Amino acid sequence: MSELIIKNGYVFDPISGVKGDKADIAIKDGKIVEKVSSKAKSIDASGKTVMAGGVDIHTHVVGPKVNLGREMRPEDKLFRGEYRGGIVKQGYRMEMGFSIPTTWKTGYAYSRMGYTYVNEAAMPPLMAPHVHEEIRDTPILDISAMPVFGNNWFCFEYLKNKEIENNAAYIAWLLKATYGVGLKIVNPGGTEAWAWGENCNTIHDPVPYFDITPAEIITGLIETNEYLGLPHSIHLHGNNLGNPGNYTDTLDTLKLAEGYKAKNKFGRTQVLHNTHLQFHSYKGDSWATFGSAAKEVMDYVNKTENITIDLGCVTLDETTTMTADGPFEHHLMELNHRKWANCDVELETGSGIVPFVYDKDVAVIGIQWAVGLEIGLYAKDMMRTFLTTDHPNGGPFSRYPRVIKWLMSKKARDATLDSMKRKDKVIAATDLASMDRELNLYDIAMMTRAGPAKALGMSNMFGSLAPGADGNVSIYDLDAKKLPTDPELIEKAFSNTAYTIKEGVVIVQNGEIVAEPKGYTIWTKVNMPENAQVMRDIKEKFTKSYTVNYENYAVFDDHVYNPRPLEVDVA
Amino acid sequence: MPKVYENVGCPYCGCSCDDVRVTVSDDGKKVLEVENVCAIGTEIFKHGSSEHRIRLPRLRQPDGSTKDISYEEAIEWTAQRLYKAKKPLMYGFGSTNCEGQAAAARVMESAGGCLDNCATICHGPSFLAIFDNGYPTCTLGEVKNRADVIVYWGSNPAHAHPRHMSRYSIFPRGFFTGKGQKKRTVIVIDPRYTDTANVADIHVRVKQGHDYELFDAFRMVMHGHGDDLPDVVADVPKEQILQVAEIMSKARFGTVFYGMGLTHSDGRNHNIDIAISLMRDMNKVTKWTIMAMRGHYNIAGPGVVWSWTFGFPYCLDLTKKNYAHMNPGETSSVDMAMRDEVDMFINIGTDAGAHFPIPAVQHLKKHPWVTIDPSVCMASEIADLHIPVCICGVDTGGIVYRMDNVPIQFRQVLDPQGLLTDEELLNKIADRVDELNAKGA
Repeated sequence: MSELIIKNGYVFDPISGVKGDKADIAIKDGKIVEKVSSKAKSIDASGKTVMAGGVDIHTHVVGPKVNLGREMRPEDKLFRGEYRGGIVKQGYRMEMGFSIPTTWKTGYAYSRMGYTYVNEAAMPPLMAPHVHEEIRDTPILDISAMPVFGNNWFCFEYLKNKEIENNAAYIAWLLKATYGVGLKIVNPGGTEAWAWGENCNTIHDPVPYFDITPAEIITGLIETNEYLGLPHSIHLHGNNLGNPGNYTDTLDTLKLAEGYKAKNKFGRTQVLHNTHLQFHSYKGDSWATFGSAAKEVMDYVNKTENITIDLGCVTLDETTTMTADGPFEHHLMELNHRKWANCDVELETGSGIVPFVYDKDVAVIGIQWAVGLEIGLYAKDMMRTFLTTDHPNGGPFSRYPRVIKWLMSKKARDATLDSMKRKDKVIAATDLASMDRELNLYDIAMMTRAGPAKALGMSNMFGSLAPGADGNVSIYDLDAKKLPTDPELIEKAFSNTAYTIKEGVVIVQNGEIVAEPKGYTIWTKVNMPENAQVMRDIKEKFTKSYTVNYENYAVFDDHVYNPRPLEVDVA
Repeated sequence: MPKVYENVGCPYCGCSCDDVRVTVSDDGKKVLEVENVCAIGTEIFKHGSSEHRIRLPRLRQPDGSTKDISYEEAIEWTAQRLYKAKKPLMYGFGSTNCEGQAAAARVMESAGGCLDNCATICHGPSFLAIFDNGYPTCTLGEVKNRADVIVYWGSNPAHAHPRHMSRYSIFPRGFFTGKGQKKRTVIVIDPRYTDTANVADIHVRVKQGHDYELFDAFRMVMHGHGDDLPDVVADVPKEQILQVAEIMSKARFGTVFYGMGLTHSDGRNHNIDIAISLMRDMNKVTKWTIMAMRGHYNIAGPGVVWSWTFGFPYCLDLTKKNYAHMNPGETSSVDMAMRDEVDMFINIGTDAGAHFPIPAVQHLKKHPWVTIDPSVCMASEIADLHIPVCICGVDTGGIVYRMDNVPIQFRQVLDPQGLLTDEELLNKIADRVDELNAKGA
């Protein structure tokens, strides 16, 4: 019977509506409870900020493309920062890499920032055993992974014939086969087209051979997701990412969700999560006329209740871009001419990797930086707006504290803007310089914990300090009643917690790893009757088209570590 | 009743076939029949129940003979020497599952030593090129379902990867390639008329050691300078170069499979580098991919596992304890051995005794030498301590990475009869080294 009480902190917990009041948080046997006995171990949090453990809804931290990025970029290991030689390692294992850290560093670094649960945003189903091997070697964090469906041949065929029930049965089978948590869609149709060197740039470009459009794929998957009642909605990286003028395609994509209502028992209210919106909110018809469309896109998002978004901020670092959007990475390589990896995956998806330097002295990059922040500042409902950098695409997750600083301080934004060589161009092409809004700690708690947990259908477990939730708590050395005037101190406080607590165990104290318990593999278990037609289709594809046998495809149970299912019953 | 296991993975080459059928005796100790697999794979399964298998660790005695010892004694012997050594090296992993490779990473991080795999004498030049130029590739199913042009360059699957052509590349009828071989153009580029060249539509007989020039010629064509080519490049006539370039640029989906003929002839990593550049050129006009013909069924594994563990695929120097360092040439096994820097050597799942240069072996042999391997090989016969383990895919399962980095889940078909797996053995060694470190601290 382990008991812990965190006393006198300023608590920010949007799930229970606590907005910075002084309160005690009690944890018993790993769960938040109303109260504990007098024998409980006590932590004094007076003068500090207390939030639930952070939840990252969209990050690339485990799996084949992340790992090929690590492999092809030995130079990324030179950016060791404060962990360069001479610093004694904190945890059991060494920490390597900057934009694509090793699994060990990933676990330690997120924990130091107060995050306890992260959602890997793209798992190629064929490579699922690899993803689970990396989850085994990532310490502390609870992790889930979303298999990708937007270029899957089964889905193309079922959705073209409007067979939602069959598509649902296939997806239920695949979630079990991969121990996946929800439906990721990346450049629907476009990555399949890329297998022939082509792309789908708008939602109406037909996919070669399969004769279905991205719009049909997206709406079909929304219908399937709601038919199943999964914890999370579809999680979409739309078509035409990264190009000038793409915001019209983004609005077309978002409008596809009109008329759909969330159907689930998990408290989720959206039917579509549009990830890394920054990369989808550009005006202009060339790089010369490139500009921000954050206002246009956010005006639509603000008035549309059944959509959630995450920012995908650019952090002005050297990083490693990687996505299942294979044609985009090829396109990026044609722009920056750096090394390029690509991996098309049979029947399912593809991926590409290109290193990228977000140089703040390049106008387009300054504008991208501004767009990401504008999206956060134009947002009206912070429970539908989440903080991400699309790690590592806009920048590494270890820069979240810097993004928080920019969102909370105009002074910090102005200082960065002032340091840009093409400042005038950036100001002319964006609204950021004229925006006075500064987010508060409650906003940040919504964007980094309560909101993403709710959108993932997990707010009874994560991102919450209400009784019954997992005892995951972050304590920041930040006096909520007297926020520092120097914005650098905000970044510093969010970089290293005073304490991070995972299921009632102190894992970080004063920014140092002090314990490393094993986290869970979170996945969605759909209980529904077997669909004979779909099982026949699956076996046929394995006989004819796959190069791995059906019996060896699903991840063996002993290759999944600490599984924790979210159960869904479909009659 | 004999028991039949289906969908068994084969622990031989980088094809990592997963459709083997193995019939095992009632007591689970003897392999009776092996189906679907090539001749070499069959032998590996048969070896699993060979009566000549070593089942206990063997420690070299002062008179040169060996004495059977327990696993506990072998673990203690190894851990003590790892703890004392300043720069121990663990090398191999051609025949080890990923679980074993992850445990090996733990051992060498705790011991503060060096860690390397067979890529260092095999596809290491591919890693160097990937570091510089990336890796536009695909899974083997993409080749099966889409490819209409296949190039084998400096590789000879007919001998080295016996089922590669039938399972993945030339012969299978895939989704968009229903006519199989009939609708595929096969080009073999090799100085020799190999058995693979024998099934090709075009054999380009490149001058041995001059592959780079031929790549350069193809790139000239792709950049619009085909007319400026000399009449002959690397012994290949201009007409043939133009013909092959035309076929390649008209392909709907093409794949280049390359092997040791590029990584270990003149040019080495530069050959792979320019091959990747040619792929970049090709992808401006159509779709091309490239793939290294990785030799063993899980030799892609250590590169994958150690990249997520340390950020580097091979040539790891962990002696700094707080961070890893990689610098092939400085931290590569053969180079360190030639300079006599290594003061303890663990050979695992390979045979450095047979593969390393003799002077390198002579230097390594001056110091404690442990061989961890199911079989008797040169490295086991010159070792101070030979620790037998399970054969992955026969006595134990586990995850392995096929040549295209697709994870394949292997199965156990035989009763290990008390043998430890690589993972179990290495974790016990790591536990003991951790204890010694804690005591010493």
